[in-house]
Amino acid sequence: MTKNYKRTESLYDVATHYCAGCGHGILHRIVAEAIDELGVREKTIAIAPVGCAVIAYDYWRLDCAEAAHGRALAVATAIKRVQPDKVVFTYQGDGDLAAIGTAETIHAANRGENLTVIFVNNAVYGMTGGQMAPTTLLSQKTATTPLGRDAKLAGYPLKISEMLALLDGVYSVERTSVSNPKEVFNTKRAIKQAFENQIQNKGFSMVEVLSMCPTYWDKTPVDAAKWIEDHMSQYFKLGKLK
Amino acid sequence: MIRKILMSGNEAMGEAAIAAGCKFYAGYPITPQNELTAYMATELPQRGGIFIQSESELAAISMVYGASASGVRSMTSSSSPGISLKQEGLSYIAGAQVPAVVINVMRAGPGLGNIWPAQSDYFQATKGGGHGDYRMIVLAPSSVQESYDLTRLGFHLADRYRIASMILSDGLLGQMMEGIETDDEARAPLKIDKPWALTGAQGRRPNIVQSLYIRRGDVEKHNIVLQKKYRLIASREVRFEGKFLDDAKLVVVAYGSMSRIAGAAVDELRKQGKKIGLFRPITLWPFPSKELEKVSKRVKKFLVVEMSYGQMVEDARLSVKCGAQVSFYGRGGGGVPTEKQIEREVLKFLNPKH
Repeated sequence: MTKNYKRTESLYDVATHYCAGCGHGILHRIVAEAIDELGVREKTIAIAPVGCAVIAYDYWRLDCAEAAHGRALAVATAIKRVQPDKVVFTYQGDGDLAAIGTAETIHAANRGENLTVIFVNNAVYGMTGGQMAPTTLLSQKTATTPLGRDAKLAGYPLKISEMLALLDGVYSVERTSVSNPKEVFNTKRAIKQAFENQIQNKGFSMVEVLSMCPTYWDKTPVDAAKWIEDHMSQYFKLGKLK
Repeated sequence: MIRKILMSGNEAMGEAAIAAGCKFYAGYPITPQNELTAYMATELPQRGGIFIQSESELAAISMVYGASASGVRSMTSSSSPGISLKQEGLSYIAGAQVPAVVINVMRAGPGLGNIWPAQSDYFQATKGGGHGDYRMIVLAPSSVQESYDLTRLGFHLADRYRIASMILSDGLLGQMMEGIETDDEARAPLKIDKPWALTGAQGRRPNIVQSLYIRRGDVEKHNIVLQKKYRLIASREVRFEGKFLDDAKLVVVAYGSMSRIAGAAVDELRKQGKKIGLFRPITLWPFPSKELEKVSKRVKKFLVVEMSYGQMVEDARLSVKCGAQVSFYGRGGGGVPTEKQIEREVLKFLNPKH
């Protein structure tokens, strides 16, 4: 292994708008590195979500489409079907993928669309100001669960990766995190694998990444990373689900 | 080669789409347009295209957005309740300026209403059913032949202006069978370059298909670009048909299948020596306002007839000169005005004393 201090080609040399300690910066870099290493930048098309990462195209040197909130996998389905030789991926948050876009997610997966999905789960809605996400933990306080999420009123944190793992159309689902360097490397491996699966026509691959939102968890970046390890990953177990 | 085929309006729109080079169709079943979805499921894959039965209308229109963003001609179809669901995607298609063809085989509403024909989605189609300041080109066929011709035209206009074209049909026209003539060789689809399409950024800067502009001034600038495009379309693409306008004392205004029935009523009244004309908008947006205004310089009575409780009549009233009277007759909820009813309304308006 050689040391590489170059900028990733798939990433523009610009500062991001993300908050201190946010996981998106790490994940943008991981996705860009994977695309660079696979040599597919010039044939990759990204679908940006509605959420904090909506302007991901300001950071990735890639062809990119925005999608309506939740519809990223419908848009990706059509782009990939029309251009099966291209590498198509969605990058979606928990609200986009597991609340407003649940139907699009489940049906794209069930059809076995040959796509790569990066699912960023930070247990909260960042862009709109810290409201409850489908993945918000029980008793976690948010703008819309001021007393903490109560299962009787707001249900349980949604394990959509486990749900997708049950579907025959799905090739691979894995849950990782970016809470420490070891997990960052593991996430990089999983994401690169998810792209390789698509290149080898294996079908629908999703990586759910537990990611920090220090701002709306009301924590320091260090405490936010620790919260993933102490709480979030206790409920959302890391590992290969399928 | 000229071919003569007997088909339904729904099938004709499917055939027209394929002949126009449509390579992607996504749809969700709804009556009374199911023949169209089935036609695409059978025909499109055999003729080099992709068919997807989507999980919802929301997904179908977003799939069309994705396929169009890839640079291929694409289409979806539905009927009124399903078209309501597509408004989300239509707004994004307008904002991102991707071409698309959307067919609405209108049925009665509001809500589930019923499956019988109606023209009650005129407002939704022509005034922007989704959020934001935007327009679609809205084409209203009045026969199966025109369902075919206008669907083909819809693809051309969509690509030319990077806009959604809506074909506004209805349950009557969609289900009706008529003979049509097609001439595919004479009218091969025009190739329009799409340098903006998402094809992978090979040897060029990345393309972005977007409707979001974070900086406030940029959204306004983007809207000004859209408005300029809409004005250009309005100045170039108006289509209408007039009958007996030269000497008419009263002109009936109707579109789509309603204009067929109104036309028969006009013919019958002419036989009785009554000077009645017919004005039929073919583009509902852009509405033939100037053309109707021109007619109103001489004609002072207009009767708008619709299968609704009065939607297009608002555009007719905005178009005519001061001094011209615009009256309305319509039935909704699946009710279809008959020839006799239209004749009665015409005579009542022509001679108010009787």
